[in-house]
Amino acid sequence: MSGARKLSLTRRYHFAASHRLHSARFSEEENLRLYGKCANPHGHGHNYAVEVTLAGPVDPATGMIANLGDLDPFVDREVVQAFDHKNLNEEIAEFRDCVPTTENLCRVIYRRLRGFPAARLERVRVEETSKNSFEFAGESGEARQDTP
Amino acid sequence: MIRVTRKVEFSAAHFYHNPDFSPEENRRVFGKCNNPHGHGHNYVVEVTVAGEPDPATGMVLDLMELKEILQREVVDRMDHRHLNYEVPELAGKVPTCENIAALIWDLLEPRIRQGRLDRVRLYESPDLFADCTADAKADAAPRAPGGRA
Repeated sequence: MSGARKLSLTRRYHFAASHRLHSARFSEEENLRLYGKCANPHGHGHNYAVEVTLAGPVDPATGMIANLGDLDPFVDREVVQAFDHKNLNEEIAEFRDCVPTTENLCRVIYRRLRGFPAARLERVRVEETSKNSFEFAGESGEARQDTP
Repeated sequence: MIRVTRKVEFSAAHFYHNPDFSPEENRRVFGKCNNPHGHGHNYVVEVTVAGEPDPATGMVLDLMELKEILQREVVDRMDHRHLNYEVPELAGKVPTCENIAALIWDLLEPRIRQGRLDRVRLYESPDLFADCTADAKADAAPRAPGGRA
């Protein structure tokens, strides 16, 4: 017997940025021990890939959870244009007092995107390299409330 | 529980159009996807089946049987076809990732006899995909919501 099913839509975006893993709370020796080569004072960079997953009902008139004509410019403004070819430590307000690990980057991107008006943000997944990826689906109660 | 995923590919044409919309509205909502001459994609389908491996065979399901089901239900139906005109199950629907993933779920779900269908992931391009999964919440609810999915 066929049960109920649900749908989500995922779009991938790309940006390149530099960062340095370093915390003022630790001594230089501790930073080096903790973050290794990622603590290099001149920084380094990655080609980041961001997967944005939206969930919600499919509009029968359009066949869509959300129109990419709305999602693409929103993500482009909030994330791609904001982060591409930038230094995350120096140029992104959220990282002024926060280490730009990809765990924290996931949370920052999630919080920048959760106000997307046309569908519910289900998850943000960030690939720092093809070998490392991180996901964030919001803390309990953090997601934007579904409108009935 | 083990999840087994099999991948299959097909290439097809489509365009987005809703006859209830005016020509201007179709162009505004669907953009270049509204081009009536159509365009196409190399679609990739990842089908995931979940279950316990049979102790005798060590397998959740017979992958050869799954391969035949995917060939019959997906590839034979959609490969080198125009999704708007040649797939009757999509008649009256806009052939988006979401609707194609949902159709593939509906075609496969009753035919998976070993294990249960866990997820259909349909890639329209490497940067865009839809996932169709069982809605555990709706199954558990006393009344199924009158959802549009």
